[in-house]
Amino acid sequence: MSQTFLGMPSLPVHGEGNIHATEPFPAAARRELGNAQLRANLGHATRTIRDKRLKVVAELPDWEQLREAGSTIKQNVMARLPELLEQFEENFTARGGTIHWARDAAEANATVAALVREQGVDEVVKVKSMATQEIGLNEYLEEQGIAAFETDLAELIVQLDHDKPSHILVPAIHKNRTEVRDIFLREMPGVDPALTDDPARLADAARTHLRRKFLTAKVAVSGANFALADSGTLAVVESEGNGRMCLTLPETLITVMGIEKLLPAWQDLEVFMQLLPRSSTGERMNPYTSLWTGVAEGDGPRNVHLVLLDNGRSAALADEMGRSALHCIRCSACMNVCPVYERTGGHAYGSTYPGPIGAILSPLLTGIESEDNSTLPYASSLCGACYDACPVKINIPDILVHLRGQDVDSKRGKGKLPSQMDAAMQAASWALSSGRRLGLAEKALPLGRLAAGPDRKITSLPGIAAGWTQSRDIPAPPAESFRAWWRREHGKESGHGQGPGHPTGQGPAEGKP
Amino acid sequence: MNARDEILGRVRAALRDAPAAPEPARAYRRTSGMTEEARIELLVDRLVDYKAQVWVVDPGQVAERIAELLAGTGECIVPAGFNPAWLPADSGETVPRMRTDAPEGPLTLAELDAAGAVLTASAAAVAQTGTIILDGSPGQGRRAISLVPDRHICVVEAAHIAELLPEALARLDGTRPITMISGPSATSDIELERVEGVHGPRNLEVVVVRSPVG
Ligand code: SF4
Repeated sequence: MSQTFLGMPSLPVHGEGNIHATEPFPAAARRELGNAQLRANLGHATRTIRDKRLKVVAELPDWEQLREAGSTIKQNVMARLPELLEQFEENFTARGGTIHWARDAAEANATVAALVREQGVDEVVKVKSMATQEIGLNEYLEEQGIAAFETDLAELIVQLDHDKPSHILVPAIHKNRTEVRDIFLREMPGVDPALTDDPARLADAARTHLRRKFLTAKVAVSGANFALADSGTLAVVESEGNGRMCLTLPETLITVMGIEKLLPAWQDLEVFMQLLPRSSTGERMNPYTSLWTGVAEGDGPRNVHLVLLDNGRSAALADEMGRSALHCIRCSACMNVCPVYERTGGHAYGSTYPGPIGAILSPLLTGIESEDNSTLPYASSLCGACYDACPVKINIPDILVHLRGQDVDSKRGKGKLPSQMDAAMQAASWALSSGRRLGLAEKALPLGRLAAGPDRKITSLPGIAAGWTQSRDIPAPPAESFRAWWRREHGKESGHGQGPGHPTGQGPAEGKP
Repeated sequence: MNARDEILGRVRAALRDAPAAPEPARAYRRTSGMTEEARIELLVDRLVDYKAQVWVVDPGQVAERIAELLAGTGECIVPAGFNPAWLPADSGETVPRMRTDAPEGPLTLAELDAAGAVLTASAAAVAQTGTIILDGSPGQGRRAISLVPDRHICVVEAAHIAELLPEALARLDGTRPITMISGPSATSDIELERVEGVHGPRNLEVVVVRSPVG
């Protein structure tokens, strides 16, 4: 169906880049579950962060009021996004910054590469940015003969190991200290061969390794956590000081940011700078936050650029039920509390965005029709822990159920579903979207009986199906919950070998080639 | 169509259902009734928790305290506009050479890198979160000077300390280049355990100055 709206294209245009799973979640999850070291590392790390988060959240008597403020501000932003984008553009430009709009990953990558070349250099320093990972910027720059040096410690670990990030805040969460030391000894030129696995020594090695780069870099590439429409100000929230180095020392700064990161006003920072650090690293405040507005005379970069990225965000915005996924401030609290993430790790989700938020955001950006992303909304037990932890109150379980319904619709459209299954999933979707999550979801499983024929076997499931039902029929689930199933299946699979293609033959397999 | 118009068109089309734009619900704490003494105590507690070193002094003791902190240090960078009353008197061999970084004669990165310390003032502080805020006003300097040296000594005036973040942000001009600092540089990237000291200054020393009595 095609309509016109004020002469603009009206069909949602989906995104591209590292937001597509390349295999169904159950297959990827099964492989990752075979890695006992990964599970031990993740279990330790997520337990640590969960405890810290609970402690600092409990300190604030007004935490729920802050969440409510965060949620209403973000709703306000989404509803007024065109106007706020224009206001931001005007203010940022008036203060000497330059804005570049990018419809998709390819356009953003080409823009950044051209800006780098304009400066006559062939390397850049980078501070962690989900957006540039989403568009595959490093890979693209490498093809163009431009070296991108990641400067965030975890990103550096992942880059040196030729691995993929597995967590949005701590991309190397799947590595323990001994693995990190081994990577440094193997890959870091000139590293002290007596390096120990003491985290302080490892941090010191990273400092020495990157120091000269920071002091000589001509161009930096960054992401941004927030953009304030009423002043044209950008913000980067970080810990190590690598962000400050990148944002302050080079002559040219190129920031890549999704269009959904806007906040209406300076005042709104008072809400998000309380919500974000406590939810992400479990600290009262992160060590460093930098704010800049265009070019500041005599202070910092002379050339300040911002690439505003769509890449499927407008399509996600068009989904009335799913658009609140764009409220996400990438704190990672939802993955730290997720029982599925804790066991499979981030690589199983394929996309740059893992965990509960990834399970909704990736298919919203790419469209549910994107084959393997259609399995992501099933990567959840609908236990609701993510919703409770989310500082901006994104109702992830409801959106998961909504996307499962979309997946069923889409497969029915392609004639992929038997009509009985269709009816069952619609019924489940209706039941689950009523808002009672865990209890109802698990009680709702017997709906699967509807899908099973008289012989009590389900021979085909949507999305999640490929891996399960191709090799065997699943008995109709009389009472067993997804989590119970997971535990049982996982027990059977544990001790299974590693995935293919991992450079060291240990640790998790890469989610993508 | 150019990318800008096309993206704005897509966004407008996505909002054809005209969703409500609720007024932000600001029922959270925005003002505090804490006394200066209590704010100082809370700030010190939070900063120490981040492993910063903190001293609380009377206005007349700042120069002396800073002289003690700098004893034996090599060169110390000071931004133009730093309160001269806070600078140690030139008393010969114990006090290091102060080098001024001014807009008309900025030091090179190599000079900043070679310095033993940097001494700055601050624009605001948040007791509840242990945060010091610099906005590049005179006495605070451009952002690079409080970043490159490995040791940052920062003077915080009690009158600038708010209990809550909303109170502190309300006092600032958001269009200035702003750095919010909560402890020395740190990372939690290995096993989510916090380790102090990565790329930013590994030592943060804070001199809190009580308001003059009366
Ligand atoms: S969905 Fe919520 S909890 Fe998850 S990363 Fe985003 S803001 Fe954080």
